[in-house]
Amino acid sequence: MKRQALTSALLRPQFAALAAVLFINWLLFPGFFTITWQDGRLFGSLIDVLNRGAPVAILAIGVTAVIATKGVDLSVGAVMAISGAVAAVMVSTGTPASIAIPVALLAGLVCGFWNGVLVTYLDIQPIIATLVLMVAGRGLAQLITEGSIVTFSDPLLSYIGTGALLGLPMPVVIALVLMIVTTLAVRRTALGLLIEAVGVNRSAARFAGISSRLLLLMVYSFAGFCAAIAGLIVAGDIRGADANNAGLWLELDAILAVVLGGTSLLGGRFSIPMSVVGALIIQAMNTGILISGFSPQFNLVVKSAVIILILVLQSPQAGQWISRRFTPLTPPPKRSAE
Amino acid sequence: MSIIKKLALVAGIGALMSSTAYAEGLSGKVIGFSQIGSESGWRAAETSVTRAEAERLGVDLKFADAQQKQENQIKALRGFIAQGVDAILIAPVVSTGWEEVLTEAKDAEIPVVLLDRGIDAPEDLYLTSVASDQVKEGRVAGEWLVANVGDKDCKVVELQGTVGSSPAINRKQGFEEGIAAATNISIIRSQTGDFTRSKGKEVMEGFLKAEGGGADICAVYAHNDDMAVGAIQAIKDAGLKPGSDILVVSIDAVPDIFAAMAAGEANATVELTPNMAGPAFEALDAFLNAGTMPEKFIITESKLYTPTDDPQGEYDRRKGLGY
Repeated sequence: MKRQALTSALLRPQFAALAAVLFINWLLFPGFFTITWQDGRLFGSLIDVLNRGAPVAILAIGVTAVIATKGVDLSVGAVMAISGAVAAVMVSTGTPASIAIPVALLAGLVCGFWNGVLVTYLDIQPIIATLVLMVAGRGLAQLITEGSIVTFSDPLLSYIGTGALLGLPMPVVIALVLMIVTTLAVRRTALGLLIEAVGVNRSAARFAGISSRLLLLMVYSFAGFCAAIAGLIVAGDIRGADANNAGLWLELDAILAVVLGGTSLLGGRFSIPMSVVGALIIQAMNTGILISGFSPQFNLVVKSAVIILILVLQSPQAGQWISRRFTPLTPPPKRSAE
Repeated sequence: MSIIKKLALVAGIGALMSSTAYAEGLSGKVIGFSQIGSESGWRAAETSVTRAEAERLGVDLKFADAQQKQENQIKALRGFIAQGVDAILIAPVVSTGWEEVLTEAKDAEIPVVLLDRGIDAPEDLYLTSVASDQVKEGRVAGEWLVANVGDKDCKVVELQGTVGSSPAINRKQGFEEGIAAATNISIIRSQTGDFTRSKGKEVMEGFLKAEGGGADICAVYAHNDDMAVGAIQAIKDAGLKPGSDILVVSIDAVPDIFAAMAAGEANATVELTPNMAGPAFEALDAFLNAGTMPEKFIITESKLYTPTDDPQGEYDRRKGLGY
């Protein structure tokens, strides 16, 4: 029974897709799985996939919760730019990072809360409500940095982007901790169930006594908070806040990661760990393209072809077709009639 | 009082030193400047240099920020025409759709100078265009590498700009022309870093892994300095020394590359000058005061900077320009 559950979990198309992408990477570049120990940390292409995938994975954790409530958050990329800009400007003007980091996280939380207010109290459709901040947020970040790339050399802030803990890059550690804590919070309490209830039918959930407004406010604020963490990582990584480019289009990667992870855009059932797997699939593809030596004109074509393939494999129709073809172990119904 | 006198003196000397022939020519003239916006540090520097040049020459500069929108630029141009300015500078956001408004300017006999980018319009609709030669920028970078690696084999990795953008295409072509004669230099990998620091770092990490930890790579050529700054961090993370183990050559000459150069981590950069207005004002001065038609396409200098050019001083000087 237990073994069966485990095999069925590992047979999910997401894991198959991740394994397939990693396998193709290995074919293109035989050293792909080589991991060495260098300067007190693990070093290798596989580690790069985890490290570079971490910001999108963190965004995806927040966006999963939003999408599960039948919403969407387009502003997370811009919120990344804001939090990075806030932290960078503060440390470069002499504020200690121990103050700048919480302030930047708070800024993300406020941005998310703003989205939540627009969605719950003003009843604006989430795609429009968050589009406002997607456009305005980047402008805000540019105002904070005054249009230039603000560089810093603060050790704590750059540690978030480039440091290592137990050999693992800091972004990976942060993403892992966030994933575990969030999964526990939604699955070991009723929170996950409440989110799904609101996502399936907001009015029904309200009639059932769920404070859907409070829940939505929390969920959007959480997405903003996650985006702020990702923004700190990206800023720490290049030791600078690039308001024009930090997090640009990453909201789309985050939504794609959630969809690849199997969460429906129509709300309801969701899985945070699977969204993280979705983010890793995207990054494994990006890293694969980088080391494959293809000409960059092919980047987007290859990426979209692989994504279409994965989504087709995940579709219910394809699932039925595969199970009809490849399950000879189920006894034919006729025999029992004999 | 004495500070003001000093400032006036400095400004006066500055005015004397450059373009002495037309020193008093544009004083009091009203010139409209329609800027694209402030999408990059370079753009901000161009704006502040244009303002400084205008102030130095005594030009009354009317500044309009288009926030990346062509309709705002057209509106700004119509506004300038209605005010009856003496001349118009414009950094066009796109290359098409300018015929109508430029014809209006022509009918009003207001000369228009294009800055930094060209347009698809009949050449008689504008006085001149001041721009850099992107192919030449790449060529200067390539020639620097050829002159500096000598006879030894050199494998180069290239960080391209955004796929399909004209600086990426031209700077790639120019670099290839620059190294064409040197058979010992070859580009082994080329990927896009989207002109950003973080993508430049990520792509360089991939290159280093794919090329045996970077031992085989002799130089990295980045289409802009920001990607080079990202690549420098990736090289350091891989345990190599940028600037000596792997040579770093890039284009733009933004302040941060001079900081890297001062630290010995970058080797050469080719300047994309933010001073497009200087040659534009000179051309306008000659045209308005002496009726001299300037050349149709004024090409700015693509100056090469290396660590021997006082990188710390360049950094300090440029930091104030709003990059």
